[in-house]
Amino acid sequence: MGDARASNAQPHHAPAASARVRGGPMGNTRFVAGLLVAAAATFGAARLVDNAYVFFAGYVVLQYIVLATAWNILGGYTGYVNFGTAAFFALGAYTTVALHKLVPLPLPVMMLAGGVISGAIGLGTGYLTLRLRGTFFSIATLAMAVVVQTLITNWSFVGGSRGAYIVRPEATPLFGLDYVQYLFLLMLGLSVIAVGVARAIEHSRLGYGFAAIRDDELAAEANGVPTLRLKLIATALSGGFMGMAGAPLPYYVTYLDPASGFSLSYAVNTIAMPLIGGTGSWLGPILGAVLLGTLQQVATVTISSALSLLLVGVLLVGFVVAAPRGIIGWFSR
Amino acid sequence: MDLSLDLLGNALVSGLLLGAFYAAVTIGVSISFGMLDIVNIAHPAFIVLGSYIAYIANSVLGVDPILASIIVLPAFYLLGMAIYHVYDVSFERRGDASIRGLAFFFGILFITEVALVLAFGVDYRLVEAPYIGPSLHLGVIDLPLRLLVPALVSLALIGALQLYMHHTFIGRAIQAVAQDPLALRLMAANPSKIKRIAFGLSIGSASIAGAILIIIQPVEPSIARDYIGRVFAICVMGGLGSFGGTVVAAMILGIVESLTATFYGPSWSPAVAFGFLLLTLALRPSGLFGRI
Repeated sequence: MGDARASNAQPHHAPAASARVRGGPMGNTRFVAGLLVAAAATFGAARLVDNAYVFFAGYVVLQYIVLATAWNILGGYTGYVNFGTAAFFALGAYTTVALHKLVPLPLPVMMLAGGVISGAIGLGTGYLTLRLRGTFFSIATLAMAVVVQTLITNWSFVGGSRGAYIVRPEATPLFGLDYVQYLFLLMLGLSVIAVGVARAIEHSRLGYGFAAIRDDELAAEANGVPTLRLKLIATALSGGFMGMAGAPLPYYVTYLDPASGFSLSYAVNTIAMPLIGGTGSWLGPILGAVLLGTLQQVATVTISSALSLLLVGVLLVGFVVAAPRGIIGWFSR
Repeated sequence: MDLSLDLLGNALVSGLLLGAFYAAVTIGVSISFGMLDIVNIAHPAFIVLGSYIAYIANSVLGVDPILASIIVLPAFYLLGMAIYHVYDVSFERRGDASIRGLAFFFGILFITEVALVLAFGVDYRLVEAPYIGPSLHLGVIDLPLRLLVPALVSLALIGALQLYMHHTFIGRAIQAVAQDPLALRLMAANPSKIKRIAFGLSIGSASIAGAILIIIQPVEPSIARDYIGRVFAICVMGGLGSFGGTVVAAMILGIVESLTATFYGPSWSPAVAFGFLLLTLALRPSGLFGRI
């Protein structure tokens, strides 16, 4: 039934879609090529500097690109605010911890597993609450974060409240790279995929459905857009990417405890980055993540980590009050 | 068997008292979220701010924490009015209250928490007062004054707010704005002004709730987050905006949490509130006593 309704809505949007893609500033192939070149240039530049700290800091920024893009798929495109980033992220990380103890799989497989688990949790939370007003979903995601944290804290197999130590594998799967570089490369690949998916959604039937929900959910529902199903897809995708972003974390930090895995700063950063960059398109979260992520890396080293978090909060409030369309909004007038 | 009955009785009584305290923590959100439809997730952060003010007044000046909270209440009221003003100008008038409004309060929550960490560190703080420590004994039931006094203060606060809402012009106007702002405008009253007063009251209540919070338990900056779930669970379960419903829902949650802590261990009690919230949202989003 949902299909029939969706295909009813389709003809209205399809011409606009293809027209925008063809006539847009960038074609699909050119976009993918550009993205890959940017990624290769990032990795090349990082290798050129040849400083371990660059990879360490770069990994965090890339991780935030994935998180911000994932958040934006739900928050920016459909207008549903997820406060539970930390839970999805930490679920991915703890999936890795559990798998690490059970079966030593290659890290990319673990990332996939983390993504599946977080996506499923997103689907479940969404199924319970997405029929209600958007604010209830937001409050429920906050609630979910605490429930999941309590479960993990009480689950001694993954370390409980004491945390878990993870020993990195001796050999790196790729020649010539040390382990941090390998993690950097994985996260770079994931961010390319996340950004690619986000942009593909924007110009697809799915994306137009999301936009219809964001602009006027009642009207969308009345016009035959299967709103609940689309919202569930967005929640699962968004949660899945967050889980995948969290999966390499145990190998990156080598010691993971619930307090750091579920830190509120993940949730704040992930919301602040798209809102500061601009929520309308794939570029906004990247801008926000690169700016805010780099700023925090610098501020943490030069000032203090608490002050750099305060900075994020102040920037978030400042931007939502004074620049509702984010940085992108400054240029697109 | 006798022993576990005693345990059960004590758990029930302390749950009831705890619930009465939760009602004071929630009443501000019942006003802002329940009546004004403002999703102030930063409310628990203001409560913790109130706790720290009570802590300073108590440890530096030796003032009773509850008295201190009543003295600073006007400041909280003004703070609430100021925040509502920013919210109103930035979001409500632009018709853009959903995402950015939520992010705004989330940012305020975070800023308050980090600022408190910077100012006081992450150590637990507590206050001293004559009623912290001794207990009344009624047969096998213990009534710790540390819980009894906050419960009474909380019920007094809610009673006062209830009287205000029903027997003053402004109070009735607040109820009216909750039901139909347009009609209120037609009666030549300014909804923004009424909402500003109501939001001021909501944040004002955080001052008193903060003082009784630090009487009940030691406080550190991040415990605000534990209360977000409780507060919204109670508010939704009580049927948004109903003070009576809030008190009953708060007591139910208090009893369930207390039983969980007694029989399964306190590390599980945060999950209880959130489980309640998820269940309420999934099964009865209009609340236990809500009008549908």
